[in-house]
Amino acid sequence: MTKVGFLIEMKNGKVKPACLGVISAAHDNKTERVALLLEGGSAESVEILEAHGIQRVVQITSANGAIPWHAEQWAGAVVQAMEHFNIQTLMGLASAQGKNILSRVAARLGAPLVMDCTAVDLSDQTATKSQFSGKAAARFRTHGKYHLYGMRPNALDPVTMPGDAMLETFQAEIEETGITVLEVKKGASDLVDLTEADVIISGGRGMQNKDNFDILFKFAKQISAAVGASRVAVDAGWVSHTMQVGQTGKTVSPKVYIACGISGSVQHFAGMKTAGIIIAINLDPNAAIMHKCDYAVCADLFDVIPVLTRKLKEITA
Amino acid sequence: MRIYVCVKHVPDTAATIRIKADGHIDENITFIMNPYDENAVEEAVRLKKQTSDAEVIAISLGKESAEATLRSAMAMGADRGILIKSATDHDSLSTARSLCSAIQADGAPDVIFTGREAIDSEGFQTMFHLGAFLGFPAVSNAVAFELSGTSVKVTCEMEAGNLEHVQMDMPCVIGAGKDLNQPSYPKLPDILKARNKPITVLELSDLEMELPASRVEMVGIEPLKEERQPDNIEGTVDEIAGAMVKVLRDKAKVLDG
Repeated sequence: MTKVGFLIEMKNGKVKPACLGVISAAHDNKTERVALLLEGGSAESVEILEAHGIQRVVQITSANGAIPWHAEQWAGAVVQAMEHFNIQTLMGLASAQGKNILSRVAARLGAPLVMDCTAVDLSDQTATKSQFSGKAAARFRTHGKYHLYGMRPNALDPVTMPGDAMLETFQAEIEETGITVLEVKKGASDLVDLTEADVIISGGRGMQNKDNFDILFKFAKQISAAVGASRVAVDAGWVSHTMQVGQTGKTVSPKVYIACGISGSVQHFAGMKTAGIIIAINLDPNAAIMHKCDYAVCADLFDVIPVLTRKLKEITA
Repeated sequence: MRIYVCVKHVPDTAATIRIKADGHIDENITFIMNPYDENAVEEAVRLKKQTSDAEVIAISLGKESAEATLRSAMAMGADRGILIKSATDHDSLSTARSLCSAIQADGAPDVIFTGREAIDSEGFQTMFHLGAFLGFPAVSNAVAFELSGTSVKVTCEMEAGNLEHVQMDMPCVIGAGKDLNQPSYPKLPDILKARNKPITVLELSDLEMELPASRVEMVGIEPLKEERQPDNIEGTVDEIAGAMVKVLRDKAKVLDG
């Protein structure tokens, strides 16, 4: 029986839904699925994990209890747990945290890691991921003792697989790392991360200025969407680079991507072409994006979005 | 102070990627310095200006044509370059192994900068492997950097607007994020001057090392197609918004949470 470890991430005390999708990559009866948690091993977490196919939940702690956030110490603790439980295949999310921890685990083990996979086949240790910023898709095979994969959030849907999971604790040794975490400044907790959002509404040149982005934020707040932007809007200084979707920004894969006043350059497409549904709103019917989307809306976004937000408010009220 | 900056020669963001029958891309396109590496070079040069007796060395693993990217780094202010020539593509592990060996052969680094990712291979991990091979602490996605005595203070972007402030011992490896700085466009005299700066060219076989046995092998590649057949949503503003609600609720099923 092969053992697969899953690095579980939490958000506001709950298991991130995208992590449950990752587990479904190993839903077969030849695999033992072990969840590794560095925070939040509550009964609620165990319940949701065992409902999605996890058979063992390992809470990684130290002699002093839960290990406070420290990427390198967390990675060291994960490596110790992998060695203790004889886990040689580890999967996690290619989220900001996952990119940080999985890469450090790979570096410590000298292990091959495929980051930002859209599909993984554990039977032959191959993974598919984008190349050239989304312009191509390549299949990679990992060779070595260890096999690490970071899945793109939302690439796999959570699948239920009810069972009973044991909860156990593993006490790791905390090491000196040469890095001291001085402070973590949290953004607003209701902010949805772009790379993990189900719905993204993005603005481009058509937004005209910084203040107009408010209508996108109002929409986003209504349905817990994230707000993105094209490079034009970022370069104009209307929004921060952390919101940029595209080749030199973030690569996203939401269920719905709503492009407002975005022409749809090759570079922008590179960052969002794997979205489930693309809705484009543009006054120019000839904008590139209007031919590469699922729903083309040739209208003024300043008319449509506020009405759409109001309708959503009525529904969710 | 010895500052190394790792740069990669990558296809231009605007280039159309064509996959040839042999599974390699048609390289008859414009290549540029990896955009995140520009931030790395800029920060290295900024650090040099703050310290006396500092040297910035740009280093690249790539084909002969990667010299152009090393020249760009030198036009931005790097003092010299090292090109590790290799005709094949490398995964993050063997890239880091090669960079590590070339840097160790060249001198003792104080700070090493890289970009947070290369926009062609999108591995997000070379800086951590490099740190591990050298035994240096590493961080990535840095958006602020300052020297603080014999250590450095770095701010890293985490998810959804969260920022992490850390202090690191030197020597260390820093993966540059886009918000770290605004890379300056080199002026003509700097570009001309860069032509005469020295580049050491090494073959992989010159490096005393063995490439790691653990590796990531590419077994196939194809262009990602953009095949979508748009439906037009038309009508009054109210009808359009109504149709969009239907898409969100019935097709995408994102309204039930």
